[in-house]
Amino acid sequence: MPEVINADDLGRAIHRIAHEIAERNHGIENLVLLGIPRRGVPLAHRIAVVLEEIEGTSPPVGALDISMHRDDISSRPTPTLHGSSVPVDVTGRTVVLVDDVLYTGRTIRAALDAVNAFGRPAAVQLAVLVDRGHRQFPIRADFVGKNLPTSGAEQVVVDVEEVDGSDSVRVEVSSQAVHG
Amino acid sequence: MSLLTIEGLPAAEISRLLDLADGFVEVLDRPVPKVPALQGRTIGMLFYEVSTRTRMSFERAAKALSADTMTFSPSGSSVSKGESLKDTALTVGSMGPDLFVVRHASTGAPWRVAEWTGLPVINAGDGAHQHPTQALLDCLTVRQHFGKVDGLQVAIVGDIRHSRVARSTAQAMATMGASVRFIAPRTLLPFDVEGWPVETTCDFDGAIEDLDVVYMLRIQQERGGGDVFPSIGEYVNRFGLTRRRADRLPEHTMVLHPGPMNRGVEIDPAVADGPRSLVTKQVANGVAVRMAVLLDQLSGSEKS
Repeated sequence: MPEVINADDLGRAIHRIAHEIAERNHGIENLVLLGIPRRGVPLAHRIAVVLEEIEGTSPPVGALDISMHRDDISSRPTPTLHGSSVPVDVTGRTVVLVDDVLYTGRTIRAALDAVNAFGRPAAVQLAVLVDRGHRQFPIRADFVGKNLPTSGAEQVVVDVEEVDGSDSVRVEVSSQAVHG
Repeated sequence: MSLLTIEGLPAAEISRLLDLADGFVEVLDRPVPKVPALQGRTIGMLFYEVSTRTRMSFERAAKALSADTMTFSPSGSSVSKGESLKDTALTVGSMGPDLFVVRHASTGAPWRVAEWTGLPVINAGDGAHQHPTQALLDCLTVRQHFGKVDGLQVAIVGDIRHSRVARSTAQAMATMGASVRFIAPRTLLPFDVEGWPVETTCDFDGAIEDLDVVYMLRIQQERGGGDVFPSIGEYVNRFGLTRRRADRLPEHTMVLHPGPMNRGVEIDPAVADGPRSLVTKQVANGVAVRMAVLLDQLSGSEKS
């Protein structure tokens, strides 16, 4: 199982994403970061820490549970709810969604739907640690840690310290459960 | 797969449903408390007995999950023209529901509907037998307040014999590790109570100081519960949660009631509305629990 991003490079990618977010939005005023559980949430917090270093303050950070907005509930086992916590009214703000892996785009489609339960954002942007291709929806990321061309038989396994005890991104060929 | 009874449901399974329900408590607290999870699904609701909270709670739960509901009640239906439960179930079943929610005065009716229609059925109360979603919402309410169910001293007080709530909630709480006791006149205890995972006593005053949870029940006049003691006054004297008795409860003890309440009989109005009461919390949790059960029944089952 080749490691394609080690802990140091993962930290560098987070730094770059944070800088790009600040640059694109001319600062962080009016931003809110919403991580998609589980691994998007710690990544969103890390981006906020870097934003605080470079901008002096950090934007509000929350979690956006998308499990009830998925389009495949009927064909999968009962989902687990990770719980949303959206710390501010998103109406009029720029929401930056944060996830670990962008693949088919179905999760993000569900997230765009889910965010509407909390208000009407002025804009929604997407930051992902890994973009592995194979989109099934017209969705793209605004901020990407690493583009990782993969085949459908592979899976991208992201470990983050807060959930898995260490930081790494690996590509595995298998049929075991994906946690991306 | 149906949810017909709480009996035999393992603690891990109850906990899983309560965790799911906790998630829906958060969903119901959102500015837009509605998710598209069950869009396109239809719930057939057969309510052969009167109901306020259970029926409305299931409807609220179904709608918060974006499912559609078809609600049947016998008054104004072809039951008055002599249609049987079976024919009604098959008729409504032909209209394409994905699941039935059934309440009926006869024990076992939800099992029969499941057999006849081949659809999953949630038992919303059958006679004096079972009411599994009530048991789950009671466990959820207690777990939210105390952080656990395990090890708590729970008393269920009143007309146990005619109560599906007592049966279901006692089983669920005992499975989750609570010590459950029934407090009632002998004539209001079930005939087969020896086989239950509970202790029984007629002495409310003697038990009151070691309770964490007091669960009061209404006397079920419609099932004959009022005919087995001399007078309401005497009943209140020995088994009512009066203000005087409530004052003797430990400070942390909480009071539950499945509703509808007969204020001034089994529970004093000041206690029902007082700081110990979790009654409105139970009702609110009922919606989240029913969302969890509906989702659990219908996820992983492709629409046929």
